[in-house]
Amino acid sequence: MTLTVNGRAHTIDVDPATPLLYVLSDDLGLNGPKFGCGLGQCGACAVIIGGRAVRSCVTPVGTLDGAAVTTLEGLGTVERPHPIQQAFIDEQAAQCGFCLNAVIVTAKAFVDQNPQPSEAQIQQAMSTVLCRCFAHTRMLRAIKRYTGLP
Amino acid sequence: MSASRRDFLKRSGALVVSFSSLTAWVDELAFAQGPFGTQDQRVARQLDSWLAIGTDGRVTAYTGKCELGQGIFTVQMQLIAEELSVPLARVTLIQCDTSVTPDQGTTSGSQSTPTNFNEANLAQACATAREALLRLAADRLAVPVEQLTVVDGVVGVQGDASRWVGYGELVGGKKFNLTVNPAAKRKPAGQWTVLGKPAGRVDMAAMATGQFEFVHNIRLPGMLHGRVVRPPAVGATLVSVDEGSVRGLPGVVKVVVKKNFVGVVAEKPWQAVQAAAKLSATWTRGAGLPSHAGFYQHLRTQPSRDALLVNSKDVDERLAQAAEVLKATYLHPYQMHASMGSSCAVADVKDGKATIWSPTQSAYPTRNGSAMLLGLPAADVRVIFTRGSGCYGINGADTVSYDAALLSQAVGKPVRVQLSRKDEMAWENYGMAFAIDQRAGIDASGTIVAWDYEGWSASLGGRPGYDRPGNVITGQLAGFEPAPFTPRSPAPEPGGSFNNNSNAAPSYVTGCVGGRCGGAGTVKGERVLSHTVKSPFFTGPLRSPSRLQNTFAHESFMDEIAAHVKADPVAYRLRHLSDPRLKHVVQEAARAAQWSARPSPKPGAASSGVVSGRGVSCVAYEGDNGYVAMVAEVDVDLGSGRVTAKRFVVAQDCGPISNPDGMRNQIEGGALQGMSRALGEEVTWDDQQVTSIDWRTFHSLPLGFAIPTIESVLVNRTDAEATGAGETAITIVAAALGNAIFDATGARLREVPFTPERIKAALDSRLTRPSGRGAE
Repeated sequence: MTLTVNGRAHTIDVDPATPLLYVLSDDLGLNGPKFGCGLGQCGACAVIIGGRAVRSCVTPVGTLDGAAVTTLEGLGTVERPHPIQQAFIDEQAAQCGFCLNAVIVTAKAFVDQNPQPSEAQIQQAMSTVLCRCFAHTRMLRAIKRYTGLP
Repeated sequence: MSASRRDFLKRSGALVVSFSSLTAWVDELAFAQGPFGTQDQRVARQLDSWLAIGTDGRVTAYTGKCELGQGIFTVQMQLIAEELSVPLARVTLIQCDTSVTPDQGTTSGSQSTPTNFNEANLAQACATAREALLRLAADRLAVPVEQLTVVDGVVGVQGDASRWVGYGELVGGKKFNLTVNPAAKRKPAGQWTVLGKPAGRVDMAAMATGQFEFVHNIRLPGMLHGRVVRPPAVGATLVSVDEGSVRGLPGVVKVVVKKNFVGVVAEKPWQAVQAAAKLSATWTRGAGLPSHAGFYQHLRTQPSRDALLVNSKDVDERLAQAAEVLKATYLHPYQMHASMGSSCAVADVKDGKATIWSPTQSAYPTRNGSAMLLGLPAADVRVIFTRGSGCYGINGADTVSYDAALLSQAVGKPVRVQLSRKDEMAWENYGMAFAIDQRAGIDASGTIVAWDYEGWSASLGGRPGYDRPGNVITGQLAGFEPAPFTPRSPAPEPGGSFNNNSNAAPSYVTGCVGGRCGGAGTVKGERVLSHTVKSPFFTGPLRSPSRLQNTFAHESFMDEIAAHVKADPVAYRLRHLSDPRLKHVVQEAARAAQWSARPSPKPGAASSGVVSGRGVSCVAYEGDNGYVAMVAEVDVDLGSGRVTAKRFVVAQDCGPISNPDGMRNQIEGGALQGMSRALGEEVTWDDQQVTSIDWRTFHSLPLGFAIPTIESVLVNRTDAEATGAGETAITIVAAALGNAIFDATGARLREVPFTPERIKAALDSRLTRPSGRGAE
């Protein structure tokens, strides 16, 4: 099967039941999507497919033939961060940083679909994303900064 | 300096140490013991153990205090840049690698800043180096040291721009060959230009763009993947393993069994997951667990190890003579670290040597514990700290390092292990459960004359230290025992000096031991008796260990007493405190919150709908390691029992502030983590095993909950010693919330977590609440 990841096409030869996360982190060597729970409960593994945040730890890769996947590293680089990544850097919105993939990818997909969300809508969209360092205040500020909310 | 160490220094130019460079160093540095690899204190006295300056003037420093998400990496870079007058970008910091950094034990206990920023260790090494560089420059430029200035690592002569010399020229590539001078002068905080300023985290951009390499992202050539198979019940032991159950599964390399430790190794991670799930193992039934519902009672009935922290020996008399005696019991459950990422480590054990990439807080102790498990000399094991998910204490980091080491040893190849969510949560070392009885005697004027604390908590294992791998699950499964539990009752009388390290004593007592008083308060009748019993589960430090549980009980009880005598909770606290720094943060929090002085509960509250209230709490963390006070404002929905925090005001004094933004980040995170713990977090179990095994069964407040406004008031004391700042705010949240709920409703929460059901029950019990002598 084929998979396009961050604009590059890959031919994948694995058990189709393999969750996408394992393909991204093990076969393709990506660092952005992370294993947090393997149950789709925390968001650590989130990637963007078809404009929506998808939990790659519970998505069998066999269901994704021909799909285009964007990961956290596909958004921007250290030298040229995506505006939402820049917002997180500007707000210093992290502590250990392990959840940043969950938070940024989920927020990016949501805001792209809802360019002018209310604060309540942002909270709703982020309601199944965890951060155990509880950098919540800064993270929501970063998302609001990205959307242009005051 | 050995050749390999010099090469290492030349290479260590990146701000963020990336894994690719770390692996390149492995071969060069493998087991080059150099001056390290020993607990010898002489190592820490050598300036060269801490600092090296390259020919290009770049400063490379070594620290045994690691970045866990708390920001210590960046702030140590600020310290080095400040003391040596070099730009931040010219500093390379190497953290927690047993082949190159000094042994500074464990990064824990809010001790990193006190250890490395006061008059010792890294800070004093930097000051020593600066003085040495100035002496060298004075010789070179033939002027007295007093006429020299340093800017950006260049030493110049005052008033003569043509005469200067760079650090690189003075010492570049050579050893200092000096001992750290305890008298070397530190830069006064008033002259700081890098420290004391809000520096952005040097790792932030890499983390935000997915470039940062956590231990989870380590990929070694030929690396295999392991998965552990834990027992199905606490105390179950292995009867047999049917290796045939996984034979022929794709990628399976080996089934590994060592006593009760079971794991599988496969070529790919998903294959290891599949094989572990299919492996057929037979275990005995578990030892059986005490009932969850009756656990706090169970604590009181077990053989215990008793300790008296303070005992004025007149408490019973004072209570008998008091105008009134109040008492209450507070309950705090086991809670867990529950890191966002399940723990991961990579080990490469072959030819009698081991390298372990580990997110442990304890590089050297993990080296020694791993060596015991592997049957190798400690000198043949190297532990390289590599960032993991935030840990908040001893999560699965140490145990998964052992897992990886055992599995790698069995196959002779590098093995990466990441725990499953359940294996992380069901077997980690939990924060201890507590039951605490409080009694206070009040005189006719409403002043507290006696405070009597009696607490029960449950403990098993803990940090492995240098020689107790059985203190975590993997070590125990592989045949090592946890630290023994020795009951002792009655408790011996307090000896030595007052040490409120666990905040078992409330801030309001005098803390008099051996004729000297170290407490933060004025209450002379004082008795603090602790009973520790054997826990059915592993326990260990969880952010603000014991301090948080004790402070919940103290600060809630103080509020109950204030309410009983109809005193304003802020004024009543101040009336019983003596410590000026603690009093100051209470006053600052109240001022910033525009606190209106009146007793709780708030008069005239509605009897239905949503009501609001405010609560205060404070602590001198560990007695003297940070001072913090918080005002919490909440809404309580009387119909649903749901509480919503609207505003937190936190005033904090941690001495001189090294990075104000870093401190705010810690206050904010601590406040919200404390709120999650207070409102929802509790470990549960059935008669055989832990049932809090994922995010549906252990409740962490997600990003989407209604977040209170958090206002931080930073009290900057440039003349004081630095204290910790990572565990202060979290310590006082549960009491502040409980006190605010009481203010809003008159209902008192005495058991964490404050679930809507418990709040509803407390609301209902208001009608039948007893009062007066013996009120509970």
